[in-house]
Amino acid sequence: MELSGGEIIIRSLQDEGVEYVFGYPGGAVLHIYDAIFRQQQVQHILVRHEQGATHMADGYARATGKPGVVLVTSGPGATNAITGIATAHLDSIPMVIITGQVTSKFIGTDAFQEVDAIGCTRPCVKHNFMVKNVEEIATVIKKAFYVATTGRPGPVVVDIPKDFTAPNVKIPYEYPKDISMRSYAPVSGGHVGQVRKAVELLAQAKQPMIYSGGGVLMSESHEELRQLVRELGYPITNTLMGLGAYPATDKQFIGMLGMHGTYEANMAMHNCDVLLAVGVRFDDRVTGEIEHFCPNAKIIHVDIDPTSIAKNVDVDVPIVGDLKVVLKRMLELLAEDSRRANPEDIAAWWQQIEEWRGIKSLAYEYSDEVIKPQYVVQKLCEVTNGDAYVTSDVGQHQMWAAQYYDFNEPRRWINSGGLGTMGFGLPAALGVKLAFPDADVACVTGEASIQMCLQELSTAMQYGLPVKIVNLNNRYLGMVRQWQEFQYEGRYSNSYVDALPDFVKLAESYNHVGMIIEKPADVEGALREAFSMKDKLVFLDFQTDDSENVYPMIEAGKGHHQMRLHPKTGALN
Amino acid sequence: MAVSKHVISLLLENESGALSRVAGLFSMRGYNIESLTVAPTNDPTLSRTTLVTSGDDRTIEQITKQLNKLVDVVRLVDLTETSHVAYELMMIKVRAAGPQREEVKRLADIYKGKVVDVTESTFIIELTGNSEKLDSFVKTVGDEQILEVVRSGATGIARGERGLKV
Repeated sequence: MELSGGEIIIRSLQDEGVEYVFGYPGGAVLHIYDAIFRQQQVQHILVRHEQGATHMADGYARATGKPGVVLVTSGPGATNAITGIATAHLDSIPMVIITGQVTSKFIGTDAFQEVDAIGCTRPCVKHNFMVKNVEEIATVIKKAFYVATTGRPGPVVVDIPKDFTAPNVKIPYEYPKDISMRSYAPVSGGHVGQVRKAVELLAQAKQPMIYSGGGVLMSESHEELRQLVRELGYPITNTLMGLGAYPATDKQFIGMLGMHGTYEANMAMHNCDVLLAVGVRFDDRVTGEIEHFCPNAKIIHVDIDPTSIAKNVDVDVPIVGDLKVVLKRMLELLAEDSRRANPEDIAAWWQQIEEWRGIKSLAYEYSDEVIKPQYVVQKLCEVTNGDAYVTSDVGQHQMWAAQYYDFNEPRRWINSGGLGTMGFGLPAALGVKLAFPDADVACVTGEASIQMCLQELSTAMQYGLPVKIVNLNNRYLGMVRQWQEFQYEGRYSNSYVDALPDFVKLAESYNHVGMIIEKPADVEGALREAFSMKDKLVFLDFQTDDSENVYPMIEAGKGHHQMRLHPKTGALN
Repeated sequence: MAVSKHVISLLLENESGALSRVAGLFSMRGYNIESLTVAPTNDPTLSRTTLVTSGDDRTIEQITKQLNKLVDVVRLVDLTETSHVAYELMMIKVRAAGPQREEVKRLADIYKGKVVDVTESTFIIELTGNSEKLDSFVKTVGDEQILEVVRSGATGIARGERGLKV
């Protein structure tokens, strides 16, 4: 079978089992779009801005575990995609981004819509490829999917000059079955001796702690993690990226850790003597001031990426490996050897943790008059039985969603943790909804974030994607305002969002449903009504308390044991 | 932690962009780079790179891990951890007129340098050796006399059977 370069690209995507390509056409990719037109298998989702395409593919990838695929044109198509590529990169999300490039003979001449896409994306991809001829297109695409989805996943860019996709050159097509690259060999199992050492250390702990992150979700090893945690009976905390790996409503789960984590999770981190860190990277938002981090703990760190280990924090037992393999091995070793920590020590440790838990660091002041944002998230959790896919943007609402929605399953909580990209939530929700049309999908956002990719309301209309937008509208860049209150004596420099649109009318103009909710008593009813409208996108504009802050909080330079609690409810205890 | 100098040797895919990934990594993560040499090997699909950097132990560990993580890096070794040879080539153009000519020639001989070009007023001296020797020669000749210095940066190889192979 002889195919043109453009046809080979699409045929390769078919052979990869790609369902959706999120993209936007332009001059350099017209041949590829023509190939899309002449087939049915791969569905193209036309976005309104390339950033939206990358976030949609990203949301799809986070919810399904399958790679997200993006197709954009050269120049501004590629540069507009970069924010989304960097977002995926920092959170290790598998994506393949195909960027059109100007015709090969014009490369380097500052041709129309020319940009060095390889150079521009290099710092924010796992890898990128420049296609050099028609013959290598299929192999390069195969390599791109292989690199994106194996090891520590990440985005891979494939830049293809227009002339290599032209219809006049046809070559035999064959999609490679397997691929191996001498310069890329992802690790699998961890070092057996190290795993044994880790298990022995865990069995000697008096005040153990387990800290797991996004790597557990990426490697689909939440079942193994849950078994391990239950077998040991130790407390567990999840990072922002790892929520859902361990059920939030389980007694052994002591909440998220880090800057806006629970008091009990952070205090347990600070006081533990053995820390098992799984699929995490000791991010600065998690560790607080590194000098104060886990001062008395022996640290076991399991991760697939050797660069994550001993990057920010020295560890005692480093284990490089696929979490699923390593955790399974740990379970086997525990089954073989019945030695465990002293139950009295562990009981005493739990008693201490329960005391910290008794502080109720997530308590807030409910009001009959003004809607508290935390209350909206709690009601969202109730109305959706804690079973919705929840995407978020970035800021206070993101933290409240992470704190008050009980994620009991993996891949349900979808947010930009590493890069912190405002504008992520809505397109990510659309990508999730495409993957799971029957599931409840909510985008928890704020009036500032939502406006950063608001144009995708139009994409939602075109493809009939009935997500629910939960807009916690406090008329401020809330997190900026909070920091200005705490650190800049209330000088609210440019954190007030003036001239807001009428979100209800705006939603209606796209044939969606808009609702404005101003009273706490109406919150639950509005949410129930919205989620009962199965085939409508509903924009719920909650007018929330404009002075609410996210508590508890570790401020800059402070450690886990120095949390700032809610001034009222925190002081009650 | 103490900062020390390390000579890291890499086998790279001989592809456009591979070198910029290596260089980009150093600027992106704020690592020091003292010198970098690169050229194809007897296998034309591979380039051999020698990189001289400095840092404390944790930084050097991160540098080697991060380099290894680059998809275009095929193999890597920190030569500093093994017995190795690392040489640098220097060509130095110096003033050599009148009585200076003999003096310069004598210095070059002491350092086992070769005069590879002669004009009425200048010599070009080629000198190979470890970087300290080259530094020493430059210092001895003195800035007054030096017209131009060009140095390759160190290239290194492990002694004995051990080596970087695919």
